Amino acid sequence: MKGVRHYPGFLAITVLCLVVLYAPLLVIMAYSFNGSTSITTWGGLSLHWYVDVFTGAEAARFGQAAWNSLTIAVIAATASTAIATAAAVAMIRGGTFRGKRATFALINMPLMVPEIVTAVATLIFFAMIGLTTGYLTILIAHVTFCIPFAYLPIAARLQGIEGHYEQAARDLYASRWQAFRLILLPLMAPGVVSGYLLAFIISLDDFIITNFVKGAGMETLPTAIFGSVKQGIKPNIMAISTLMLVVSILFVALSYLINRKGRRSP
Amino acid sequence: MSDAIDIRRVVKRYGTFTALHGVSLTIRDNEFFTLLGPSGCGKTTLLRMIAGFEDVTQGEILLFGQNIAGLEPDHRPVNTVFQNYALFPHMSVLDNVAFGLKMKGMAAGPRRARAGKMLEMVHLSAFADRLPAQLSGGQQQRVALARALAPEPRVLLLDEPLSALDLKLRQAMRVELKQLQEDTGITFIFVTHDQEEALTMSDRIAVMSAGHVQQIGSARDIYEAPVNRFVADFIGETNLLEVEVASVQAGMARVVLPGGQQVTCPSATDTLGRHALSIRPERLSLIAAEGDMTATVERVVYLGTDLQLLMRLDGGADMQVRIQNSARTDVPQIGARLGLRIEEGAARLLAD
Amino acid sequence: MAGMVPDQTPATSGDGYRRVVGPLLLPTWAMIGIFLVVPVALMAVYSFLTKEFRGGVDWQFSLAAYDQFFLNRGLFGDEPPVMEWTYITIFWRSIWQAAVATALCLAIGFPTAWFIATRPANTRGIWLFLITIPYWVNLLIRTVSLKFLIRDNGPLNEALMGAGLIDGPLPLVNTNLAVQLGLFYSYLPFMVLPVYAAVERYNFAYSEAAADLYASRWVTLREIVLPIVKPGIVAGCLLVFIPSLGAFLAPDLLGGAKTFMIGSLIDEQFKGSLGNWPFGAAVSMILMTLVMIALLVYARSTAKGGAA
Repeated sequence: MKGVRHYPGFLAITVLCLVVLYAPLLVIMAYSFNGSTSITTWGGLSLHWYVDVFTGAEAARFGQAAWNSLTIAVIAATASTAIATAAAVAMIRGGTFRGKRATFALINMPLMVPEIVTAVATLIFFAMIGLTTGYLTILIAHVTFCIPFAYLPIAARLQGIEGHYEQAARDLYASRWQAFRLILLPLMAPGVVSGYLLAFIISLDDFIITNFVKGAGMETLPTAIFGSVKQGIKPNIMAISTLMLVVSILFVALSYLINRKGRRSP
Repeated sequence: MSDAIDIRRVVKRYGTFTALHGVSLTIRDNEFFTLLGPSGCGKTTLLRMIAGFEDVTQGEILLFGQNIAGLEPDHRPVNTVFQNYALFPHMSVLDNVAFGLKMKGMAAGPRRARAGKMLEMVHLSAFADRLPAQLSGGQQQRVALARALAPEPRVLLLDEPLSALDLKLRQAMRVELKQLQEDTGITFIFVTHDQEEALTMSDRIAVMSAGHVQQIGSARDIYEAPVNRFVADFIGETNLLEVEVASVQAGMARVVLPGGQQVTCPSATDTLGRHALSIRPERLSLIAAEGDMTATVERVVYLGTDLQLLMRLDGGADMQVRIQNSARTDVPQIGARLGLRIEEGAARLLAD
Repeated sequence: MAGMVPDQTPATSGDGYRRVVGPLLLPTWAMIGIFLVVPVALMAVYSFLTKEFRGGVDWQFSLAAYDQFFLNRGLFGDEPPVMEWTYITIFWRSIWQAAVATALCLAIGFPTAWFIATRPANTRGIWLFLITIPYWVNLLIRTVSLKFLIRDNGPLNEALMGAGLIDGPLPLVNTNLAVQLGLFYSYLPFMVLPVYAAVERYNFAYSEAAADLYASRWVTLREIVLPIVKPGIVAGCLLVFIPSLGAFLAPDLLGGAKTFMIGSLIDEQFKGSLGNWPFGAAVSMILMTLVMIALLVYARSTAKGGAA
């Protein structure tokens, strides 16, 4: 007797789903350790291409791109998390106010508008106001589209925190600011950290918008990789990809663990 | 005795919905006062207004003679035990209890000492370093009490604090709460929808319904002398009979029972005409002879300590009678036609 | 809201923060307002301007961009206008590719979501984690990986040939199928997560009741489960369909000239001297309008079935 939860074949499809999701990643990881200079033949296990990433002909270009990506992601994640935290407190704890629905739509707008449209609109805007495309324009665009990604986990966390805690603090002689700092902020911290990590990865990953507003000569890691793979997939790209993949997975694992810890002590 | 709280014609509106329609009541110092009513009656709203979490739409609330309108919650010498305790989940039990003292600016040493003392009082000293999530419901409840009492409020507000506990624990906590109130001498304002809780602990009870106070009085007052149908029906079980009033004078009425017999009873109304007569089921006795009324037994329900008889009066109305279930009780047969005698003072004529 | 149930204090009653809502929201309004709302409005304006030949625009009102999209006036623009199919075909192909990708995602995503949601509560997190990890890997890297895997002399074809299943390599890259696979691969987690959320909330007592009333497993799925978890499915489909429609990387890297999609069409208009900014803006406007229509239909359907 199998329960009503069981459907034959669903396990197989789930396994297929995981295979489809992981196969390309595992293959590229495996080939990044390929000792051969050709991507098609296997030349034994080697760290050759990892050495090449840091010392090879393209090391300087990719190093600069990685540095740009990293600094942009840190700044964009910090700024968008701060903005989103303030917004979440207002939206979840501010009661009803005029324009709340419109604000909600506004926060979600970067998710609603197709990325390529955002890219076009942002490029036109910067051209119009005469701002030269480069580091600053990428940064502005990233802060903007990271806001909803930072907002979602923060708001979800905040929604799960009952208003009673702050009321109890106020009842016990805490001022508004003390109730926020001593009670609400520590309780919403896991959400804030999640939001930060999410925004960070989203910024690090972005290609389409960055590609539009980066200007000539300015590269982030994704645009540099894209430029490179246009000429064919080279082994050093696989090594870089594997490194980025590991960084991303570390971040998600971190975010997952923080969330779990947060959930255990709601 | 001075008044701890004086509520004067307080109205609360949320948009078009009126939660409180001009409520007035006074709560004396050192009193265990209960706001009792079904959910939605406005009792919690009233409590939250005293605590400072809701604005007063109209009217005023005086706390020891001082109007507290516009005073923030952290400037009111009242503390609350919240319905779900609202213990800060990220702080230890001791830090929770010490929180109010810290906010009031007490130095760390005396603060910890006093918080420790409060925990001793609620028998939880051993749990000082635990997180709230590591305690049972009953223990959390006691931490919430200790936390609210630690800053020595002049009035303690309790918002259905026992509702999350199981029956046995609830019954034990009633005694403990009452004892605590007597020991500390702090005014307790207790909100509940559970009449048994209200009857067992309170010095006085305000029965509320639909944003109105229906009756204020001691447990005995509201059980034995309900003023209207709502109170009579909400507190305990009762039989409500539509009767004709033959005469009424000085709080006593002479009414015509369904069988034609007339009895004299206390009255909450002074108008003639048809009114509801409330008779508690346990104040009716069965007699073989003609009584004040005659009824037929339709069903006998076994309740353990009691037997509940569902009967039909000759006039057609339903009647409940409760008799003690003792070895000597003759269990009436279904279909038996018996006389009902109303005990002295058991019937009461109600205003609507 | 509070007025409806005054006795049950709203858990999130806004004490304290109501008066600072303005300052708290100001940065959000400023950032998204200035750097997204204004740019989109500006883009709408640009779509009605005249093209400048080295990229950019002349501030002269013109319907040329939309005219170019819908009408063909011959090589020199002097013939009577007939319907122009080039761009509509690209849109149609994009919609089709996105639809196929969405269907693929649903076919794989629903059973997966169901399977995960019916695991014991303590292992669900791990399964979900496994599903979401690839999403966090850079989309570009994932697309490149997929291309590497399925290219003519890539590991997939080698493996298939090695196993003797095929004689020559399957030409997958530069086909519609490759693009569909790429879109499917890009957005699969977007399907699994909302469907999972819906199935997790589903009360399995309904299935038991249906089984008790003689419904088979698959009839129960069709008659009971699907209607109840439909909001999750619809949300998942939108989350896959919308980004697929405007996708750039999958068609650009995995497809060829025959699989040209909207994303690439827009991209071309802003690259170098061949670009046509007003036309790119117009295509973007049309794409955004399509997406907004899809979202509106969705919003109306959820508002109607709002109780669920």
